[in-house]
Parts: sequence; C-alpha cells; structure tokens
Amino acid sequence: MLRDIRRWGPPVLLISPSLVLVGVFVYGLIAVNTYTSMTDMHTAAQTTGRAPVQFVGLANYWELLGSDSFQHSLKNLGLYTVVFLGGALLFGFMWAWLLDRPVRYEGVFRSIYLFPMAVSFIASGVVWRWLLNANTGDNATGLNRLFQMVGLSFLQNGWWNNVNVGITAIAIPAIWQLSGYIMALFLAGFRGIPEELREAARVDGASEFQLYRMVVFPQLTPILLSAVIVIGHMSLKVFDLIMSISKPANYQTKVPAIDMFLFKSQYDYANSAAVGAILLVIVAVLIVPYLVHVAREGRR
Amino acid sequence: MAVTDAREATTAAPRRRREIDPRYALGRTVKYLVLFFFLVLVLIPVYVLLVTSFKGSGDATAARAWALPSEWVLDNWSEAWTTLAPAIGRSLMMVVPASIISAILGSMNGFVLSRWRFKGADVVFTVILFGMFIPYQAVMIPLLQLVLGIGLPSGVPTLIILHVIYGIPITTLIFRNYYQSIPTEMVEAGRVDGAGMLRTYWSIVLPLSIPSFVVVLIWQFTSAWNDFLFAVFFSSAQNGPVTLALNNLANGSILANYGASMAGAILASAPTLIVYILLGKYFIGGLMSGSVKG
Repeated sequence: MLRDIRRWGPPVLLISPSLVLVGVFVYGLIAVNTYTSMTDMHTAAQTTGRAPVQFVGLANYWELLGSDSFQHSLKNLGLYTVVFLGGALLFGFMWAWLLDRPVRYEGVFRSIYLFPMAVSFIASGVVWRWLLNANTGDNATGLNRLFQMVGLSFLQNGWWNNVNVGITAIAIPAIWQLSGYIMALFLAGFRGIPEELREAARVDGASEFQLYRMVVFPQLTPILLSAVIVIGHMSLKVFDLIMSISKPANYQTKVPAIDMFLFKSQYDYANSAAVGAILLVIVAVLIVPYLVHVAREGRR
Repeated sequence: MAVTDAREATTAAPRRRREIDPRYALGRTVKYLVLFFFLVLVLIPVYVLLVTSFKGSGDATAARAWALPSEWVLDNWSEAWTTLAPAIGRSLMMVVPASIISAILGSMNGFVLSRWRFKGADVVFTVILFGMFIPYQAVMIPLLQLVLGIGLPSGVPTLIILHVIYGIPITTLIFRNYYQSIPTEMVEAGRVDGAGMLRTYWSIVLPLSIPSFVVVLIWQFTSAWNDFLFAVFFSSAQNGPVTLALNNLANGSILANYGASMAGAILASAPTLIVYILLGKYFIGGLMSGSVKG
C-alpha cells in the first residue's frame, strides 16, 4: 500500500493541478452552461441575481431550433463548412501533389503557400473586407475591380451581401489561410511513403499516374481524415472572420457563434448558453468518433 | 537499371531523373507555371496590404484601387502605430507569460503521461485531450460569470490565466508525443539508479526537451497572439490585446480608413510572421502535432 503510494503518488501529484483545472474549466463549466441553457435567464437583472431565475427545461432549445433566424445560422454554418472544407482540401492537396516530386525553389513555394496560417483572422479580415467589397461597375474596388481589369467583369458580384449564399464568400479568406496547412499535412504524407513502394510499382510497369492512383493516394487516407477533422472543427467555430469582415449584426453572414455573442451582449445568457451547447453537440458528433478511432488505432 | 534505382533509393537524393524526355520538359514548364500562378494568387492580399498602407488620401478613389501609390506616404503607418502601440505592448505582456507557463505545465503533464506513468494515465490523457476540441462558446457564459464572481481584473491578467488553462490539452499532447519518442531505457536507467521522479525529469528528460519546448512556445505564442474570442469576451478596448484594438480600428468608424487599418494589420501580424520566418521548421512541427494525434 505504502509502496503503491510512493510509486503512483508523485506523478499523480504532478498532473493533478492540470487535471483539476481542466476538470473545472472544461467539464465543470460545460455542466453549468447546460444548466443555464435550461433556465429563463433572459434579462440583465437575472444575470446579476437581482431577479429570480427559473428552470424551464428544453424550452430555449425548442424555441431556438424553431426560429427562422437560428435556422438561417445553422444553414450558413453548413454551407460555410462545405465550401471551406472543399476549397482547403482541393488547394492543399493540389499544392502538395505539385511539390511532391523534386521542384526547384520548393522551400520558397512551400513557405509562401503556408504563411497565411501565421496571420490572425482579424488581420486577414482587414484586407479581405476590402477585397470582398460589394461595389460593382465604376465604384468597384477590391476583387470586383480586379475582375474588370483582367477582362472577367462577369465575375463581379456582391460577395457576402447575398442573403442565401453570402456566407460562402467568408469561406474564401478561410481557404486562403488554411490551404497551406493542408498542403503541409499532405506533403508530410507523400514523403512518408517509402520510396521502395513507388519503385516496386514502377518495376511492375505502372505509369506515374497509376502509381499515384493505386499506390500513393490510398496511403493518404489517415491524413485526409485528420485534415477533415482539423478544418471541420475550425469551421464550426467560425467567429473572428465574420466579426472582422461583415460585422456581427449582418443577417447574411450570421452563424451560431455570432448568435451566441449577440445574445450575450443583450444579457440573454440562457439563449447564449443554449447556442454554445448546440455548437458543442455539433462538434462532438464530429470529434468523438474520431477520438475513439484514434484511441483504438493507438492500442493496436 | 533496377539495381541502380534501388541503390539510389537508399541514398539521400533518391529521385533524380537522369535523361530528360522532351515530354517531361514540357510537363515541367507547365508545372512551374501552375505553381507560380498560385504563388501570385496567395500573394494578392499581401500586395493590397502593402500598397494601400502607403497610399495618401489622394489615392483613395475606386479607379486607383489596385494602382501603386502616386506618392508614398507614411501617414497611415504613424496613425496605426499610435493607435495600436499600447495594445501591442499588452499583447506581449499577455503572450510571453502565457506561453512560458503553458509550456512548463505541458512538459510536466507529458512526462507523467508517457514516461513516468501511473494507473489510468491513458484515461487521464483522453479526458484532457477532449478539452482541445470543445468550442469555447460552450463554456463562455459560466466562464464570464466565474471570472466576474472571483473578481479577476479584466484584461491581460485574466487572459493569461485563460490561455494557460485552455492551452493545457494541446501542450500536453505535444510533449507527450515527443517524450514517447525518448527511449524508455534512458528513463529506466535513472529509475534503477534510484533517481526519483523529479530528478529523472530534471536531469534526463528536461535537457532532451528543448525542441518540443520551442514548438510549444511558438504554438502558444501564435494562438494567444491571434486570439480574438477570449479577447472580446474578457477585455475592452482600453485593456485588451492587439486583435481587439485592430478590429476596433478597422471597424470603428462608418467611413473606414483602409490605409491605416491595413498598416495596422501588418503591424499586428509582424510578431507571428517574424516567428514563422525565423523558426518555420518548429512552427510546422506544432501544426503537425496539432493534427496527427496518437
């Protein structure tokens, strides 16, 4: 018994501060948040305890999910995720493939494709707000003006001002920032494939294209999976870019994280907490199966 | 041929084509053109940032949107600097302690979760790791109430604490994965010699950890520097970090001064970009461990 304590004691002691912090600030607060989301805490007086708060069960959730406004946010989030994910995977994969074989100045290409990753969404939002300016014709600036200059005037559009698909314009800067990251992931994947495998396929008479299709690509499935997870869960949390490009009050580009912020600004803590909880469920649906999968792989 | 190929494969530069087929030459040219095209595409926002930041008010017409400045002026830069300098200082005061404390905690956690294990270490690791993926929106309201309830001062001190706490999962993950690559024998040797946990950590493990310390410090530095969500919930324009100040500068007035906000965006990104340029290898190291879990 004493021996056990001497063996397990020190490491447990060393990790316990972190464990307590994560326990309180992640799990504890999620529990409190869930409770708050089931109350009628919709006014400033209630948030400071000057007015009573009552338990209302899932009422806030039903109201939110039934409202046009929140459904619009959810639809936006879905659209944004599809475009962001598709775009980042497409460009990232293409760049990695182009750079896989020896290329002169590879380092330069790689560093420049990757650098937007180091910039904050707020800073890139500054320039993208200018680029995605909705003016057309003589007043056009930004990309619309560039389209005119290169003879592609028909491409001019209102960008994020479209109420149905405007959110996809916000995905463009996100793709710009994260494609390099996906490239780095896939490049590491390409380089991790043993050269012997490629040689064996060549000896068997495979063409370069067949080599990629039959030998290289199938090996990249785990990379694809983690790329989807990384981009997917980033995308579900989109907030900064919208705050910086189109301002939170814009209905066109509303997503749940923005709703959460707006409810909080109006001291409607109950609805704010409910939106947070809904986001958590959406992310968990994506992440938990992945974590379980990774844990199983690790044990094998 | 196959023999030489096999030998080449084992040497450092395995894939070099000897004889250049004209078909390949054409293909290669196309490839470089495509790569160059994307390079230009990626750099378009950089061009806009730089050019606009040096433009005077005379250049602020739609027709000259993409033109070089007719006169290069520094007004925007001085305006941006005056507005953002205090916030840049606060950001530095926030990210330096936050990343150092995070790295120390992560290193201790990673050590006991990989090389000085205890019963249930894997469960503890998974429990901690989940914290990396949660959308912070799901804890924000009670967190706000908690911070106000304890009476933590708004601004830098609160943000340091939050970045440290919510950085625990990723820093633990990076260190754990790194320590798992240290041979068990080295740690076991210490154990056999009768060294305690702390001595083993201090004299064997820690000296080997420099690379992952660099990775973790860069990662935490970048993510705390670029954070906006915590900043907007837990600080104000008067005591907040540079992301908040930049967003106020860019979105504050109805008639946006694009020149000043673009200069400001460059200033606000400079620290992370410098880190990226100088320590790119480690930067990518953090990215990789952030995604490939194990």
